[in-house]
Amino acid sequence: MNKESIVNVIDAANVEAITLVSNLEHAGVLDVVDPFMFRLSIFILAIFIGYYVIWSVTPALHTPLMSVTNAISSVIIVGALLSVGANFIPGSAEASDIFYAKTFGFFALILASINIFGGFLVSHRMLAMYKKKV
Amino acid sequence: MSANIVAFLYLVSGVCFILALRGLSNPESARLGNIFGISGMAIAVLTTLTISATTNILDGMLIILGITIGGGIGIYIARKIPMTAMPQLVAAFHSLVGLAAVLVAAAALYAPAAMGIGSPGNMHMSSLVEMGLGVTIGAITFTGSIVAFTKLQGLVSGSPLTFPKQHLINLLIGISLVLMIIAFSLTESHFIFWALTFTALLIGILIIIPIGGADMPVVISMLNSYSGWAAAGIGFTLGNTALIITGALVGSSGAILSYIMCKGMNRSFFNVILGGFGSDNNSVSSDTDENRPVKRGSAEDAAFIMKNAGSVIIVPGYGMAVAQAQHALREMVDELKKAGVSVSYAIHPVAGRMPGHMNVLLAEAQVPYDEVYELEDINSQFSQTDVTFVIGANDVTNPAAKTDPQSPIYGMPILDVERSGTVLFIKRSMASGYAGVQNELFFRDNTMMLFGDAKKMVENIVKSL
Repeated sequence: MNKESIVNVIDAANVEAITLVSNLEHAGVLDVVDPFMFRLSIFILAIFIGYYVIWSVTPALHTPLMSVTNAISSVIIVGALLSVGANFIPGSAEASDIFYAKTFGFFALILASINIFGGFLVSHRMLAMYKKKV
Repeated sequence: MSANIVAFLYLVSGVCFILALRGLSNPESARLGNIFGISGMAIAVLTTLTISATTNILDGMLIILGITIGGGIGIYIARKIPMTAMPQLVAAFHSLVGLAAVLVAAAALYAPAAMGIGSPGNMHMSSLVEMGLGVTIGAITFTGSIVAFTKLQGLVSGSPLTFPKQHLINLLIGISLVLMIIAFSLTESHFIFWALTFTALLIGILIIIPIGGADMPVVISMLNSYSGWAAAGIGFTLGNTALIITGALVGSSGAILSYIMCKGMNRSFFNVILGGFGSDNNSVSSDTDENRPVKRGSAEDAAFIMKNAGSVIIVPGYGMAVAQAQHALREMVDELKKAGVSVSYAIHPVAGRMPGHMNVLLAEAQVPYDEVYELEDINSQFSQTDVTFVIGANDVTNPAAKTDPQSPIYGMPILDVERSGTVLFIKRSMASGYAGVQNELFFRDNTMMLFGDAKKMVENIVKSL
Protein backbone atom coordinates (compact mmCIF):
# COMPACT_ATOMS: atom_id res chain seq x y z
CA MET A 1 0.00 0.00 0.00
CA ASN A 2 1.30 3.45 -0.73
CA LYS A 3 1.26 6.35 1.71
CA GLU A 4 -1.79 8.00 0.18
CA SER A 5 -3.98 4.95 0.45
CA ILE A 6 -2.93 4.42 4.09
CA VAL A 7 -3.99 7.98 4.85
CA ASN A 8 -7.30 7.33 3.10
CA VAL A 9 -7.91 4.19 5.10
CA ILE A 10 -7.10 5.98 8.36
CA ASP A 11 -9.37 8.85 7.40
CA ALA A 12 -12.20 6.49 6.64
CA ALA A 13 -11.66 4.68 9.95
CA ASN A 14 -11.67 7.99 11.74
CA VAL A 15 -14.91 9.09 10.17
CA GLU A 16 -16.46 5.76 11.06
CA ALA A 17 -15.23 5.98 14.65
CA ILE A 18 -16.51 9.52 15.04
CA THR A 19 -19.89 8.54 13.64
CA LEU A 20 -20.01 5.58 15.98
CA VAL A 21 -19.14 7.66 19.04
CA SER A 22 -21.63 10.36 18.15
CA ASN A 23 -24.31 7.70 17.62
CA LEU A 24 -23.53 6.23 21.02
CA GLU A 25 -23.59 9.66 22.64
CA HIS A 26 -26.86 10.30 20.97
CA ALA A 27 -28.21 7.10 22.42
CA GLY A 28 -26.91 8.14 25.82
CA VAL A 29 -24.57 5.15 26.02
CA LEU A 30 -21.28 7.01 25.97
CA ASP A 31 -21.04 10.53 27.27
CA VAL A 32 -17.73 12.28 27.54
CA VAL A 33 -17.31 13.99 30.90
CA ASP A 34 -15.21 17.11 30.92
CA PRO A 35 -12.10 16.66 33.14
CA PHE A 36 -13.22 19.78 34.95
CA MET A 37 -16.21 17.90 36.39
CA PHE A 38 -13.85 15.21 37.62
CA ARG A 39 -11.65 17.80 39.37
CA LEU A 40 -14.66 19.58 40.78
CA SER A 41 -15.85 16.29 42.33
CA ILE A 42 -12.48 15.78 44.01
CA PHE A 43 -12.52 19.39 45.21
CA ILE A 44 -16.01 19.25 46.72
CA LEU A 45 -15.39 15.90 48.40
CA ALA A 46 -12.08 17.17 49.81
CA ILE A 47 -13.87 20.18 51.30
CA PHE A 48 -16.19 17.77 53.13
CA ILE A 49 -13.24 15.70 54.33
CA GLY A 50 -11.57 18.92 55.48
CA TYR A 51 -14.69 19.98 57.33
CA TYR A 52 -14.90 16.80 59.40
CA VAL A 53 -11.15 16.40 59.91
CA ILE A 54 -10.64 20.00 61.07
CA TRP A 55 -13.51 19.87 63.58
CA SER A 56 -11.82 16.92 65.22
CA VAL A 57 -8.59 18.90 65.76
CA THR A 58 -8.15 19.72 69.44
CA PRO A 59 -8.18 23.50 70.11
CA ALA A 60 -4.85 23.16 71.93
CA LEU A 61 -3.28 22.34 68.56
CA HIS A 62 -4.81 25.14 66.52
CA THR A 63 -1.48 26.94 66.11
CA PRO A 64 0.32 23.80 64.83
CA LEU A 65 -2.74 23.24 62.61
CA MET A 66 -2.09 26.58 60.96
CA SER A 67 1.59 25.90 60.46
CA VAL A 68 0.90 22.41 59.06
CA THR A 69 -1.81 23.63 56.67
CA ASN A 70 0.57 26.36 55.63
CA ALA A 71 3.31 23.83 54.95
CA ILE A 72 1.10 21.51 52.92
CA SER A 73 -0.38 24.33 50.84
CA SER A 74 3.18 24.79 49.57
CA VAL A 75 2.52 21.74 47.40
CA ILE A 76 2.06 24.55 44.88
CA ILE A 77 5.76 23.82 44.39
CA VAL A 78 4.67 21.33 41.71
CA GLY A 79 3.64 24.30 39.55
CA ALA A 80 6.96 25.98 40.23
CA LEU A 81 8.91 22.86 39.23
CA LEU A 82 6.98 22.55 35.97
CA SER A 83 7.61 26.23 35.16
CA VAL A 84 11.34 26.00 35.78
CA GLY A 85 11.41 23.02 33.44
CA ALA A 86 9.52 24.88 30.67
CA ASN A 87 11.10 24.20 27.29
CA PHE A 88 11.34 26.37 24.26
CA ILE A 89 9.48 24.65 21.42
CA PRO A 90 9.77 26.62 18.17
CA GLY A 91 6.39 27.79 16.95
CA SER A 92 4.59 27.20 20.24
CA ALA A 93 5.82 30.23 22.16
CA GLU A 94 8.21 33.13 22.08
CA ALA A 95 11.62 32.41 23.58
CA SER A 96 11.24 35.46 25.83
CA ASP A 97 7.97 34.08 27.22
CA ILE A 98 9.73 30.87 28.20
CA PHE A 99 12.41 32.94 29.89
CA TYR A 100 9.75 34.79 31.90
CA ALA A 101 8.02 31.55 32.84
CA LYS A 102 11.30 30.05 34.05
CA THR A 103 12.09 33.17 36.09
CA PHE A 104 8.65 33.25 37.73
CA GLY A 105 8.92 29.53 38.39
CA PHE A 106 12.35 29.91 39.97
CA PHE A 107 11.16 32.53 42.44
CA ALA A 108 8.01 30.53 43.21
CA LEU A 109 10.29 27.55 43.84
CA ILE A 110 12.32 29.50 46.41
CA LEU A 111 9.20 30.80 48.18
CA ALA A 112 7.51 27.39 48.28
CA SER A 113 10.73 25.78 49.57
CA ILE A 114 10.97 28.32 52.40
CA ASN A 115 7.44 27.37 53.35
CA ILE A 116 7.90 23.63 53.08
CA PHE A 117 11.09 23.41 55.12
CA GLY A 118 10.16 26.23 57.50
CA GLY A 119 6.55 25.09 57.94
CA PHE A 120 7.22 21.44 58.66
CA LEU A 121 10.21 22.17 60.88
CA VAL A 122 8.44 24.77 62.99
CA SER A 123 5.43 22.41 63.31
CA HIS A 124 7.78 19.69 64.44
CA ARG A 125 9.36 22.05 66.98
CA MET A 126 5.96 23.02 68.37
CA LEU A 127 4.56 19.49 68.49
CA ALA A 128 7.66 18.23 70.30
CA MET A 129 6.87 20.64 73.17
CA TYR A 130 3.44 19.21 73.98
CA LYS A 131 4.00 16.88 76.90
CA LYS A 132 1.67 14.96 79.17
CA LYS A 133 1.80 15.20 82.92
CA VAL A 134 4.52 12.91 84.30
CA MET B 1 5.76 7.26 33.76
CA SER B 2 2.22 6.81 32.54
CA ALA B 3 -0.29 9.54 33.20
CA ASN B 4 -2.33 7.15 35.33
CA ILE B 5 0.55 6.36 37.66
CA VAL B 6 1.30 10.08 37.98
CA ALA B 7 -2.33 10.86 38.84
CA PHE B 8 -2.30 8.01 41.35
CA LEU B 9 0.84 9.30 43.07
CA TYR B 10 -0.65 12.79 43.37
CA LEU B 11 -3.70 11.17 44.94
CA VAL B 12 -1.45 9.34 47.45
CA SER B 13 0.18 12.64 48.26
CA GLY B 14 -3.25 14.21 48.85
CA VAL B 15 -4.21 11.33 51.17
CA CYS B 16 -0.98 11.85 53.14
CA PHE B 17 -2.01 15.47 53.70
CA ILE B 18 -5.44 14.38 54.96
CA LEU B 19 -3.68 12.03 57.42
CA ALA B 20 -1.37 14.88 58.50
CA LEU B 21 -4.38 16.93 59.55
CA ARG B 22 -6.19 13.93 61.03
CA GLY B 23 -3.21 13.41 63.33
CA LEU B 24 -3.78 16.77 64.97
CA SER B 25 -6.72 15.43 66.97
CA ASN B 26 -4.25 14.85 69.81
CA PRO B 27 -0.63 15.82 70.49
CA GLU B 28 0.69 12.24 70.39
CA SER B 29 -0.64 11.40 66.94
CA ALA B 30 0.19 14.89 65.69
CA ARG B 31 3.89 14.12 65.55
CA LEU B 32 3.21 11.13 63.30
CA GLY B 33 0.86 13.31 61.26
CA ASN B 34 3.68 15.73 60.56
CA ILE B 35 5.71 12.84 59.13
CA PHE B 36 2.77 12.01 56.84
CA GLY B 37 2.74 15.63 55.70
CA ILE B 38 6.44 15.56 54.87
CA SER B 39 6.02 12.24 53.01
CA GLY B 40 3.13 13.62 50.98
CA MET B 41 5.23 16.61 49.99
CA ALA B 42 8.19 14.41 49.02
CA ILE B 43 5.95 12.21 46.87
CA ALA B 44 4.46 15.23 45.10
CA VAL B 45 7.86 16.80 44.40
CA LEU B 46 9.50 13.57 43.17
CA THR B 47 6.51 12.73 40.97
CA THR B 48 6.63 16.16 39.39
CA LEU B 49 10.37 15.88 38.76
CA THR B 50 9.89 12.63 36.86
CA ILE B 51 7.27 14.11 34.53
CA SER B 52 8.90 17.49 34.09
CA ALA B 53 9.67 17.64 30.39
CA THR B 54 13.17 18.83 31.01
CA THR B 55 16.31 16.85 30.39
CA ASN B 56 18.33 20.00 30.55
CA ILE B 57 21.20 20.08 33.06
CA LEU B 58 20.74 23.82 33.55
CA ASP B 59 17.09 23.38 34.61
CA GLY B 60 18.14 20.64 37.02
CA MET B 61 20.70 22.96 38.56
CA LEU B 62 18.15 25.77 38.81
CA ILE B 63 15.78 23.46 40.66
CA ILE B 64 18.46 22.32 43.08
CA LEU B 65 19.58 25.92 43.60
CA GLY B 66 16.02 27.13 44.26
CA ILE B 67 15.25 24.38 46.75
CA THR B 68 18.61 24.89 48.50
CA ILE B 69 18.14 28.65 48.87
CA GLY B 70 14.52 28.34 49.99
CA GLY B 71 15.13 25.33 52.19
CA GLY B 72 18.11 27.02 53.85
CA ILE B 73 16.12 30.16 54.63
CA GLY B 74 13.17 28.09 55.86
CA ILE B 75 15.27 25.92 58.17
CA TYR B 76 17.09 28.97 59.54
CA ILE B 77 13.84 30.81 60.32
CA ALA B 78 12.11 27.77 61.80
CA ARG B 79 15.01 27.16 64.18
CA LYS B 80 15.50 30.75 65.31
CA ILE B 81 11.94 31.95 65.69
CA PRO B 82 10.76 32.43 69.29
CA MET B 83 7.38 30.86 70.08
CA THR B 84 5.92 34.26 71.00
CA ALA B 85 6.50 35.36 67.39
CA MET B 86 4.47 32.48 65.96
CA PRO B 87 1.50 34.63 64.79
CA GLN B 88 3.68 36.89 62.65
CA LEU B 89 5.63 33.91 61.34
CA VAL B 90 2.44 32.20 60.19
CA ALA B 91 1.28 35.47 58.59
CA ALA B 92 4.63 35.76 56.77
CA PHE B 93 4.41 32.16 55.58
CA HIS B 94 0.90 32.77 54.24
CA SER B 95 2.20 35.69 52.23
CA LEU B 96 4.78 33.40 50.60
CA VAL B 97 2.09 30.90 49.53
CA GLY B 98 0.08 33.77 48.07
CA LEU B 99 3.01 35.15 46.09
CA ALA B 100 4.01 31.67 44.92
CA ALA B 101 0.46 31.19 43.60
CA VAL B 102 0.70 34.47 41.66
CA LEU B 103 4.08 33.53 40.18
CA VAL B 104 2.95 30.04 39.17
CA ALA B 105 -0.17 31.46 37.52
CA ALA B 106 1.99 33.96 35.62
CA ALA B 107 4.36 31.20 34.54
CA ALA B 108 1.41 29.11 33.35
CA LEU B 109 0.19 32.08 31.30
CA TYR B 110 3.56 32.56 29.60
CA ALA B 111 4.37 28.88 29.07
CA PRO B 112 1.10 26.92 29.05
CA ALA B 113 2.63 24.07 27.08
CA ALA B 114 4.97 23.25 29.99
CA MET B 115 1.92 22.69 32.20
CA GLY B 116 0.04 20.77 29.53
CA ILE B 117 -2.78 23.28 29.28
CA GLY B 118 -2.62 24.29 25.63
CA SER B 119 -0.56 26.75 23.65
CA PRO B 120 -0.27 30.54 24.09
CA GLY B 121 -3.30 32.40 22.78
CA ASN B 122 -5.19 29.15 22.62
CA MET B 123 -5.91 28.08 26.18
CA HIS B 124 -9.14 26.59 27.44
CA MET B 125 -11.45 29.18 28.85
CA SER B 126 -11.96 27.11 32.00
CA SER B 127 -8.19 27.13 32.58
CA LEU B 128 -8.19 30.89 32.21
CA VAL B 129 -11.06 31.37 34.68
CA GLU B 130 -9.28 29.17 37.22
CA MET B 131 -6.01 30.98 36.60
CA GLY B 132 -7.71 34.36 37.05
CA LEU B 133 -9.29 33.26 40.33
CA GLY B 134 -6.05 31.68 41.57
CA VAL B 135 -3.98 34.77 40.85
CA THR B 136 -6.56 37.09 42.41
CA ILE B 137 -6.86 35.15 45.65
CA GLY B 138 -3.10 34.59 45.72
CA ALA B 139 -2.38 38.30 45.36
CA ILE B 140 -4.91 39.22 48.07
CA THR B 141 -3.33 36.61 50.36
CA PHE B 142 0.12 38.02 49.65
CA THR B 143 -0.45 41.69 50.49
CA GLY B 144 -3.09 40.98 53.14
CA SER B 145 -0.68 38.72 55.01
CA ILE B 146 2.07 41.31 54.77
CA VAL B 147 -0.19 43.92 56.39
CA ALA B 148 -1.16 41.38 59.09
CA PHE B 149 2.54 40.61 59.59
CA THR B 150 3.50 44.28 60.03
CA LYS B 151 0.70 44.74 62.57
CA LEU B 152 1.62 41.63 64.53
CA GLN B 153 5.34 42.41 64.45
CA GLY B 154 4.55 45.90 65.72
CA LEU B 155 6.06 47.59 62.64
CA VAL B 156 2.84 49.55 62.28
CA SER B 157 0.25 50.39 64.90
CA GLY B 158 -2.20 47.58 65.60
CA SER B 159 -5.10 50.00 65.73
CA PRO B 160 -7.60 49.97 62.86
CA LEU B 161 -6.95 52.40 60.02
CA THR B 162 -10.19 53.73 58.64
CA PHE B 163 -10.97 56.47 56.15
CA PRO B 164 -14.17 57.87 54.63
CA LYS B 165 -15.95 55.87 51.91
CA GLN B 166 -13.65 52.92 52.68
CA HIS B 167 -16.26 50.23 52.11
CA LEU B 168 -17.55 51.86 48.94
CA ILE B 169 -14.04 52.02 47.47
CA ASN B 170 -13.40 48.38 48.39
CA LEU B 171 -16.70 47.35 46.83
CA LEU B 172 -15.90 49.14 43.58
CA ILE B 173 -12.46 47.54 43.43
CA GLY B 174 -14.09 44.17 44.11
CA ILE B 175 -16.49 44.62 41.21
CA SER B 176 -13.66 45.68 38.91
CA LEU B 177 -11.80 42.48 39.89
CA VAL B 178 -14.75 40.35 38.78
CA LEU B 179 -14.97 42.24 35.47
CA MET B 180 -11.26 41.84 34.88
CA ILE B 181 -11.41 38.08 35.53
CA ILE B 182 -14.18 37.82 32.92
CA ALA B 183 -12.26 39.98 30.43
CA PHE B 184 -9.11 37.96 31.01
CA SER B 185 -10.91 34.64 30.47
CA LEU B 186 -12.31 35.89 27.17
CA THR B 187 -9.14 37.47 25.78
CA GLU B 188 -6.15 35.76 27.46
CA SER B 189 -4.60 39.22 27.46
CA HIS B 190 -1.35 39.53 29.38
CA PHE B 191 -2.09 43.17 30.08
CA ILE B 192 -5.40 42.34 31.78
CA PHE B 193 -3.68 39.58 33.72
CA TRP B 194 -1.19 42.04 35.22
CA ALA B 195 -3.84 44.71 35.80
CA LEU B 196 -5.87 42.06 37.65
CA THR B 197 -2.83 41.07 39.70
CA PHE B 198 -2.00 44.62 40.75
CA THR B 199 -5.60 45.45 41.61
CA ALA B 200 -5.80 42.31 43.74
CA LEU B 201 -2.55 43.27 45.47
CA LEU B 202 -4.07 46.64 46.28
CA ILE B 203 -7.36 45.27 47.63
CA GLY B 204 -5.36 42.84 49.81
CA ILE B 205 -3.89 45.83 51.62
CA LEU B 206 -7.15 47.73 51.80
CA ILE B 207 -9.21 44.93 53.34
CA ILE B 208 -6.76 44.25 56.18
CA ILE B 209 -5.77 47.78 57.29
CA PRO B 210 -9.14 48.59 58.97
CA ILE B 211 -8.93 45.48 61.17
CA GLY B 212 -7.50 45.97 64.65
CA GLY B 213 -4.70 44.03 66.34
CA ALA B 214 -6.81 41.85 68.61
CA ASP B 215 -8.96 40.72 65.67
CA MET B 216 -5.85 39.18 64.15
CA PRO B 217 -6.88 35.62 65.14
CA VAL B 218 -9.74 35.96 62.65
CA VAL B 219 -7.56 37.65 60.03
CA ILE B 220 -4.83 35.02 60.20
CA SER B 221 -7.40 32.22 59.96
CA MET B 222 -9.05 33.95 57.02
CA LEU B 223 -5.75 34.41 55.18
CA ASN B 224 -4.98 30.76 55.93
CA SER B 225 -8.22 29.92 54.19
CA TYR B 226 -7.44 32.22 51.24
CA SER B 227 -4.03 30.64 50.72
CA GLY B 228 -5.85 27.31 50.43
CA TRP B 229 -8.36 28.56 47.87
CA ALA B 230 -5.53 30.14 45.87
CA ALA B 231 -3.70 26.80 45.82
CA ALA B 232 -6.91 25.04 44.76
CA GLY B 233 -7.40 27.57 41.93
CA ILE B 234 -3.91 26.82 40.61
CA GLY B 235 -4.60 23.11 41.14
CA PHE B 236 -7.61 23.38 38.81
CA THR B 237 -5.52 25.22 36.22
CA LEU B 238 -2.82 22.58 36.28
CA GLY B 239 -5.25 19.70 36.72
CA ASN B 240 -3.26 18.52 39.73
CA THR B 241 -5.12 16.35 42.25
CA ALA B 242 -2.67 16.90 45.12
CA LEU B 243 -3.06 20.67 44.82
CA ILE B 244 -6.85 20.51 44.55
CA ILE B 245 -7.17 18.26 47.62
CA THR B 246 -4.71 20.33 49.65
CA GLY B 247 -6.33 23.60 48.63
CA ALA B 248 -9.75 22.31 49.71
CA LEU B 249 -8.38 21.05 53.06
CA VAL B 250 -6.52 24.26 53.85
CA GLY B 251 -9.39 26.41 52.64
CA SER B 252 -11.91 24.68 54.88
CA SER B 253 -9.45 24.60 57.79
CA GLY B 254 -9.00 28.36 57.72
CA ALA B 255 -12.73 28.91 57.30
CA ILE B 256 -13.54 26.75 60.34
CA LEU B 257 -10.90 28.49 62.45
CA SER B 258 -12.30 31.90 61.45
CA TYR B 259 -15.74 30.68 62.49
CA ILE B 260 -14.46 29.43 65.87
CA MET B 261 -12.67 32.74 66.49
CA CYS B 262 -15.74 34.83 65.58
CA LYS B 263 -17.88 32.69 67.82
CA GLY B 264 -15.37 33.20 70.64
CA MET B 265 -16.06 36.92 70.33
CA ASN B 266 -19.77 36.62 69.56
CA ARG B 267 -19.24 38.72 66.44
CA SER B 268 -20.21 37.95 62.89
CA PHE B 269 -17.52 37.36 60.33
CA PHE B 270 -18.59 40.48 58.44
CA ASN B 271 -18.46 42.59 61.58
CA VAL B 272 -14.80 41.59 61.96
CA ILE B 273 -13.93 41.95 58.28
CA LEU B 274 -15.51 45.36 57.88
CA GLY B 275 -13.16 46.43 60.62
CA GLY B 276 -12.92 49.54 62.75
CA PHE B 277 -13.60 47.58 65.96
CA GLY B 278 -11.63 48.80 68.96
CA SER B 279 -10.61 52.09 67.33
CA ASP B 280 -10.67 55.20 69.47
CA ASN B 281 -13.94 56.55 68.12
CA ASN B 282 -16.16 53.74 69.38
CA SER B 283 -14.67 53.14 72.78
CA VAL B 284 -17.32 53.10 75.44
CA SER B 285 -15.90 54.88 78.44
CA SER B 286 -18.93 55.52 80.59
CA ASP B 287 -17.32 53.98 83.63
CA THR B 288 -13.80 55.23 83.22
CA ASP B 289 -13.75 57.03 86.47
CA GLU B 290 -10.03 57.23 87.20
CA ASN B 291 -10.68 57.88 90.87
CA ARG B 292 -12.72 54.81 91.64
CA PRO B 293 -10.97 52.84 94.36
CA VAL B 294 -9.34 49.53 93.52
CA LYS B 295 -7.59 47.19 95.87
CA ARG B 296 -3.89 47.15 95.06
CA GLY B 297 -1.62 44.36 96.12
CA SER B 298 2.07 43.52 96.07
CA ALA B 299 3.84 40.36 94.94
CA GLU B 300 4.12 39.28 98.57
CA ASP B 301 0.35 39.62 99.06
CA ALA B 302 -0.31 37.56 95.95
CA ALA B 303 2.17 34.89 97.02
CA PHE B 304 0.56 34.69 100.45
CA ILE B 305 -2.97 34.40 99.06
CA MET B 306 -2.12 31.71 96.53
CA LYS B 307 0.06 29.65 98.87
CA ASN B 308 -2.81 29.40 101.31
CA ALA B 309 -5.37 28.52 98.66
CA GLY B 310 -6.52 25.00 97.93
CA SER B 311 -6.97 25.55 94.21
CA VAL B 312 -5.80 28.13 91.70
CA ILE B 313 -6.85 28.64 88.09
CA ILE B 314 -4.54 30.62 85.84
CA VAL B 315 -6.02 32.66 82.98
CA PRO B 316 -3.32 33.72 80.51
CA GLY B 317 -3.85 36.33 77.79
CA TYR B 318 -1.96 38.26 75.16
CA GLY B 319 -0.22 40.32 77.89
CA MET B 320 1.60 37.15 79.00
CA ALA B 321 2.92 36.66 75.47
CA VAL B 322 4.05 40.29 75.22
CA ALA B 323 5.88 40.09 78.54
CA GLN B 324 7.27 36.60 77.72
CA ALA B 325 6.13 35.59 81.19
CA GLN B 326 5.27 31.94 80.44
CA HIS B 327 8.48 30.45 81.89
CA ALA B 328 8.30 32.50 85.08
CA LEU B 329 4.64 31.51 85.34
CA ARG B 330 5.51 27.81 85.15
CA GLU B 331 8.11 28.29 87.95
CA MET B 332 5.44 29.96 90.04
CA VAL B 333 3.09 27.04 89.47
CA ASP B 334 5.83 24.57 90.41
CA GLU B 335 6.28 26.37 93.73
CA LEU B 336 2.54 26.37 94.34
CA LYS B 337 2.30 22.68 93.60
CA LYS B 338 5.10 22.03 96.08
CA ALA B 339 2.97 23.88 98.65
CA GLY B 340 0.13 21.47 97.87
CA VAL B 341 -2.02 23.82 95.78
CA SER B 342 -3.87 22.29 92.81
CA VAL B 343 -3.36 24.39 89.71
CA SER B 344 -4.96 24.36 86.27
CA TYR B 345 -5.02 26.73 83.31
CA ALA B 346 -8.07 28.17 81.55
CA ILE B 347 -7.80 29.34 77.96
CA HIS B 348 -10.31 31.48 76.12
CA PRO B 349 -10.70 30.69 72.38
CA VAL B 350 -9.53 34.17 71.33
CA ALA B 351 -6.77 34.64 73.89
CA GLY B 352 -3.63 35.83 72.11
CA ARG B 353 -3.14 36.77 68.50
CA MET B 354 -3.87 33.49 66.77
CA PRO B 355 -5.87 30.31 67.45
CA GLY B 356 -4.11 28.17 70.07
CA HIS B 357 -1.46 30.84 70.74
CA MET B 358 -1.59 30.44 74.55
CA ASN B 359 -1.43 26.65 74.36
CA VAL B 360 1.82 26.79 72.40
CA LEU B 361 3.40 29.23 74.83
CA LEU B 362 2.43 27.10 77.82
CA ALA B 363 3.70 23.98 76.05
CA GLU B 364 6.98 25.83 75.43
CA ALA B 365 7.22 26.51 79.17
CA GLN B 366 6.74 22.74 79.67
CA VAL B 367 3.27 22.98 81.12
CA PRO B 368 1.69 19.53 80.57
CA TYR B 369 -1.16 19.85 78.07
CA ASP B 370 -3.57 17.92 80.29
CA GLU B 371 -3.45 20.74 82.87
CA VAL B 372 -4.68 23.20 80.25
CA TYR B 373 -8.45 23.47 79.72
CA GLU B 374 -10.67 25.13 77.16
CA LEU B 375 -13.41 27.53 78.20
CA GLU B 376 -16.35 25.13 78.09
CA ASP B 377 -14.44 22.46 80.04
CA ILE B 378 -13.38 24.64 82.94
CA ASN B 379 -16.00 27.37 83.27
CA SER B 380 -18.04 25.45 85.82
CA GLN B 381 -14.95 25.04 88.02
CA PHE B 382 -14.49 28.72 88.90
CA SER B 383 -17.18 28.70 91.58
CA GLN B 384 -15.28 25.97 93.45
CA THR B 385 -11.91 27.68 93.05
CA ASP B 386 -10.22 29.75 95.74
CA VAL B 387 -8.04 31.99 93.58
CA THR B 388 -8.04 32.95 89.90
CA PHE B 389 -4.81 34.42 88.64
CA VAL B 390 -5.38 36.52 85.49
CA ILE B 391 -2.17 37.31 83.68
CA GLY B 392 -2.40 39.62 80.68
CA ALA B 393 -6.08 38.97 79.92
CA ASN B 394 -8.92 41.44 80.34
CA ASP B 395 -11.92 41.47 77.97
CA VAL B 396 -12.32 37.69 78.12
CA THR B 397 -13.08 37.95 81.87
CA ASN B 398 -15.39 40.97 81.73
CA PRO B 399 -18.80 40.17 83.27
CA ALA B 400 -20.31 43.02 81.23
CA ALA B 401 -20.45 40.49 78.39
CA LYS B 402 -23.21 38.75 80.36
CA THR B 403 -24.94 41.65 82.06
CA ASP B 404 -24.70 44.81 79.95
CA PRO B 405 -26.58 44.69 76.63
CA GLN B 406 -25.07 48.09 75.71
CA SER B 407 -21.52 46.78 75.90
CA PRO B 408 -19.67 46.13 72.63
CA ILE B 409 -18.66 42.74 73.99
CA TYR B 410 -22.19 41.76 75.09
CA GLY B 411 -22.89 38.10 74.35
CA MET B 412 -19.26 37.10 74.07
CA PRO B 413 -18.57 33.88 75.99
CA ILE B 414 -16.33 34.76 78.94
CA LEU B 415 -14.42 32.92 81.62
CA ASP B 416 -16.44 33.22 84.84
CA VAL B 417 -13.48 34.26 86.95
CA GLU B 418 -15.65 36.48 89.18
CA ARG B 419 -17.19 33.35 90.71
CA SER B 420 -13.93 32.29 92.35
CA GLY B 421 -13.02 33.34 95.89
CA THR B 422 -10.35 35.89 94.99
CA VAL B 423 -9.32 37.27 91.61
CA LEU B 424 -5.76 38.47 91.10
CA PHE B 425 -5.18 40.64 88.04
CA ILE B 426 -1.70 41.38 86.71
CA LYS B 427 -1.93 44.53 84.62
CA ARG B 428 0.41 47.30 83.65
CA SER B 429 -2.20 49.99 84.31
CA MET B 430 -5.93 50.55 84.64
CA ALA B 431 -6.21 51.02 80.87
CA SER B 432 -9.19 49.30 79.30
CA GLY B 433 -8.81 46.25 77.09
CA TYR B 434 -8.92 46.01 73.35
CA ALA B 435 -12.68 46.44 73.15
CA GLY B 436 -12.32 49.80 74.91
CA VAL B 437 -14.55 48.70 77.76
CA GLN B 438 -13.80 49.16 81.43
CA ASN B 439 -13.79 45.90 83.35
CA GLU B 440 -16.19 46.12 86.30
CA LEU B 441 -14.32 43.29 87.94
CA PHE B 442 -11.36 45.53 88.84
CA PHE B 443 -13.47 47.40 91.39
CA ARG B 444 -14.92 44.43 93.21
CA ASP B 445 -14.07 43.61 96.81
CA ASN B 446 -12.69 40.19 96.03
CA THR B 447 -10.37 41.51 93.32
CA MET B 448 -6.77 42.49 93.89
CA MET B 449 -4.86 44.41 91.23
CA LEU B 450 -1.15 43.67 90.82
CA PHE B 451 0.26 46.56 88.80
CA GLY B 452 3.47 46.00 86.88
CA ASP B 453 5.16 44.07 84.10
CA ALA B 454 3.75 40.53 84.04
CA LYS B 455 7.11 38.82 83.96
CA LYS B 456 8.68 40.90 86.76
CA MET B 457 5.59 40.53 88.90
CA VAL B 458 5.54 36.76 88.52
CA GLU B 459 9.27 36.56 89.26
CA ASN B 460 8.72 38.56 92.44
CA ILE B 461 5.88 36.24 93.43
CA VAL B 462 8.21 33.26 92.92
CA LYS B 463 10.77 34.92 95.23
CA SER B 464 8.13 35.48 97.91
CA LEU B 465 6.99 31.88 97.74
